Amino acid sequence: MAYHSFLLEPISCHAWNKDRTQIALCPNNHEVHIYQKERSGWMKIHVLKEHNGQVTGIDWAPESNRIVTCGTDRNAYVWTLKGSMWKPTLVILRINRAARCVKWSPRENKFAVGSGSRLISICYFEQDNDWWVCKHIKKPIRSTVLSLDWHPNNVLLASGSCDFKCRIFSAYIKELEDKPAPTPWGSKMPFGEVMFESSGAGGWIHDVSFSASGNRVAWASHDSTVAIAEGGKTPVVASLYLETLPLLCLTFITENSLVAAGHDCYPALFVYDAERSTITFGGKLDVPKQSAQRGMTARERFQNLDKKATADNKEAVLESLHKNSISQILVLEGDKAKCTKFCTTGMDGGMAVWDVKVSSQSVMSLPCLLTLIFCIMA
Amino acid sequence: MRKKAAVCFHTMSKNTVSDRFRKVDVDEYDENKFVDEEDGGENQMGPDEAEVDALIRQYPFHPLSCWGPNGNLMEALQAVLKNPPINTKNQNVKDRAEGLVLKVLSSFKSSDIEKAVQSLDKSGVDLLMKYIYKGFERPSENSSAVLLQWHEKALTAGGVGSIVRVLTARKTKSSSNLRKHQFTLESIDVVRLIFK
Repeated sequence: MAYHSFLLEPISCHAWNKDRTQIALCPNNHEVHIYQKERSGWMKIHVLKEHNGQVTGIDWAPESNRIVTCGTDRNAYVWTLKGSMWKPTLVILRINRAARCVKWSPRENKFAVGSGSRLISICYFEQDNDWWVCKHIKKPIRSTVLSLDWHPNNVLLASGSCDFKCRIFSAYIKELEDKPAPTPWGSKMPFGEVMFESSGAGGWIHDVSFSASGNRVAWASHDSTVAIAEGGKTPVVASLYLETLPLLCLTFITENSLVAAGHDCYPALFVYDAERSTITFGGKLDVPKQSAQRGMTARERFQNLDKKATADNKEAVLESLHKNSISQILVLEGDKAKCTKFCTTGMDGGMAVWDVKVSSQSVMSLPCLLTLIFCIMA
Repeated sequence: MRKKAAVCFHTMSKNTVSDRFRKVDVDEYDENKFVDEEDGGENQMGPDEAEVDALIRQYPFHPLSCWGPNGNLMEALQAVLKNPPINTKNQNVKDRAEGLVLKVLSSFKSSDIEKAVQSLDKSGVDLLMKYIYKGFERPSENSSAVLLQWHEKALTAGGVGSIVRVLTARKTKSSSNLRKHQFTLESIDVVRLIFK
C-alpha cells in the first residue's frame, strides 16, 4: 500500500501507461501532466496543453501508446508520442456541452466519449480521410452521461448517466470490425441498439463496470446503492442498499467481487453471489492503524466540555488514507478477472496504490476476505 | 438637491416595463426538460387507518397479548408502514398516511423505540426515515422530540445511507429538511449536555 500526494487540489482524472511507470493526470485545470516513476518519487516529464477547459477524462491505450483526453471545452484530443513530445490531434465530437468521460475500446481502434449533450460519441479513425470521425448514440439517453465501460468484445458499451439509468449499447462500427458473436446481452447488435436498461429508480449513476467476461455489469448510484446485472434472456439485477455515503467509482477485481470507493474516502469490497443473486458488503479495505489511546486528565475533560460541549476525546480527523472523496479507481496489475493491485485518486490530490491478495478459489468466502484485509495492511 | 434625485429615480422605475417576466419559469418551456416516468399511483391508498387504529387502541389494555403490553404497537408499526402512498398524486392520501405514522410513533414508550426499529427490515428502515423527515417538515406540539428519538435509532440501523436515500428519492419531496435537521441535531446535543 502506497500513497503519494501529488497536489493540494483534486485530481480530476488519471490514466496509466502500459508498464505502469508513467501516470497522466489532470491537476484540476486545462492541462494534463505526465509523471514518471523514479526511485525517489515522481517526476513531471510532460505537460500537455491544448484544452481550453478542464480535462474531465483521460485514457491511455496500452498497446498503441496513445492518450485520449476530453474536456469541458467540448473537444477531445488523441495524443501520440513523436520522439519525446506528445502531439495532439483534434477530434470533432459534434457536441454542444462538456465532455465528461472517455474510454478506449479493448482493441484500441475506437473510443467512446460521454457528454452533457445527452449522447455518446463513438470515434474511430478513417484511413481515407486521415481524420477521426464520430457517430452518435442519442436515444434514449435523457441526461448527462457520466461514465462508460467497454465490453471485452469491443462492441458493447455500458453507460451510466444522470437520467438514473445504466444502459448497455451496441457501438458496432461495420467499417472497423466483423459482426460480433452473440452474448448473454443479445445477439443482434446494430449500432445504437439498447441491449440492457436498468430501472430508473434511484440516483445518478456515477460509475459502471463490466466484469472480465462481460457477462455482468455493475453500477454505483447516488442513492447509496450498488447493483449488478447478470446478462441473460431476462437480466437478473441484484442491488445492495448501503449504510454509507454514495460511491463514486467501482471496478470488478474478480468475476464475483468488486471494489468501490466514494465520499467515505476508503475503498470497500463487495461480493456477488450469483446463485442467491445478492451483493454483500465485504469490508473496508483501508484499516487505519490504531493510535495509542491515552487517558484524559480532569483538566482536559473540562476544557473539552468548555470548547466542544463534549467530554469525548475523539478528534474530528479522518483516519482513512485518502483525506477526501475518492473519485476514480483503476486496475493496475492483473486484470478484472484477477486483480492484484488497484489505484485510487481523489479530491485530496493524492494517489494510493492498494494490494489485493485473491485466493485461487473463484468464490470468495469469509476466511479469504479476512486474508484480503490483512494483506492490505501489510 | 437630494429630493430631486429621489423623484427622478421613482419616475424611472415606473417607466420601465413591468417585471412580471421575472416570475416566468423558463424551465417549463424547455423541450428537452427531463420528465420522470409516471408510475401508476392511482391505486395507492396508504396504510389502512382502521386497522392501525384498532391495533393502537389495543395497547395497553390487551390482557391476552403474548408480547407484553406493547405487543400490538409493534404490529401497528408494521401495518402503518405498509402500502406507502409514494406514487400517488393525491396530497390528502399522503397527509393522512403521515398523520397516521406520527400517531403510531408517538404512542411508543421511549425505551421500546430501539426494539421496534430493529424489527424492521432494510426497506422498512428506509421508509421509516422518509416518514420521519416528512414529519420534520410540519412540526406540531411534541412531534419533533418524538421524531428525533426515532431518528437516532433509525440512523443507527440504517446509517447515513438511509438519509441519502431520503434526499435522493424523487417521489417524496424533501427540500428544506436538511437545514432543519442540522438545527434540531444541535438542540439535542444541548439537551444531552444538560442531563448528563
